[in-house]
Amino acid sequence: MTELKALSPAAGLLPLEIGGAALREDEMRQLTLVAPFKGKEAALAKALEAAHGLRWPEAGETSVSGAVRLVWFGRGAALLMGGEASSKLAPYAALTDQSDAWSCLVLEGAGARDVLARLTPLDMRDVAFPMGATARTEVFHMACSITRLAAESWQIMGFRSMAKTLVHDLQVAMEGVAARAS
Amino acid sequence: MRIACPLCGERDSREFSYKGHALALERPSEDAGFGAWDDYLHNRENPAGWTRELWFHDFGCGSWLVAERNTVTHEFGKVELAENVKEAMA
Repeated sequence: MTELKALSPAAGLLPLEIGGAALREDEMRQLTLVAPFKGKEAALAKALEAAHGLRWPEAGETSVSGAVRLVWFGRGAALLMGGEASSKLAPYAALTDQSDAWSCLVLEGAGARDVLARLTPLDMRDVAFPMGATARTEVFHMACSITRLAAESWQIMGFRSMAKTLVHDLQVAMEGVAARAS
Repeated sequence: MRIACPLCGERDSREFSYKGHALALERPSEDAGFGAWDDYLHNRENPAGWTRELWFHDFGCGSWLVAERNTVTHEFGKVELAENVKEAMA
């Protein structure tokens, strides 16, 4: 039988370090979209707490328990990252494995915020987008998810099929910011 | 223009796409007359001032919104989830 090798979405494209910003591909994690059925939101929140120790995130929030994160992912949906979804959630929510669907990049460094400012209309100031904040927004004409991981570290998730474009757009912005700084 | 999405907060208008007048939520019954369906499908007011429109937050949370907009100044008024508006109509 043929041996198949898993390739990450941005394999061969990253890491990049330009000026004060660095772009790398995040480790590949199991991703499950959790979308509560109508009227089951409260029951799902209880089941999440019991099974994963996670709180259901309100719009723009991230919930963390150990290595597992639950990231708000749009209206009536959150993305469970880094662990297998418990079957105890199944009666209350539609669970969809999306592990292969997203490219997860991490942009970090002193210049990272300036790079993001070139690509997204989102307000990236500390008061508007503190640690743990997440948003679905536009990154250079693509629908993406941005989550702040640390003071100078942001996770950017884009469709896997557009990984090369996403890396390209980020690279051009990184070069632009570096050129302006020099 | 900036639109205050009830879920995401105030966002740039490029994250949204425009559908048309919120009249689209008031679908007539199947046996409503030709006139009612004609109005629903084709006839729209064209006000200079406040109007109610459907916007889709497609680059954001994916919600359909009912937004008040002033066609003269492009000022946005109240913005609600279309889901809530539709439920209140029932």
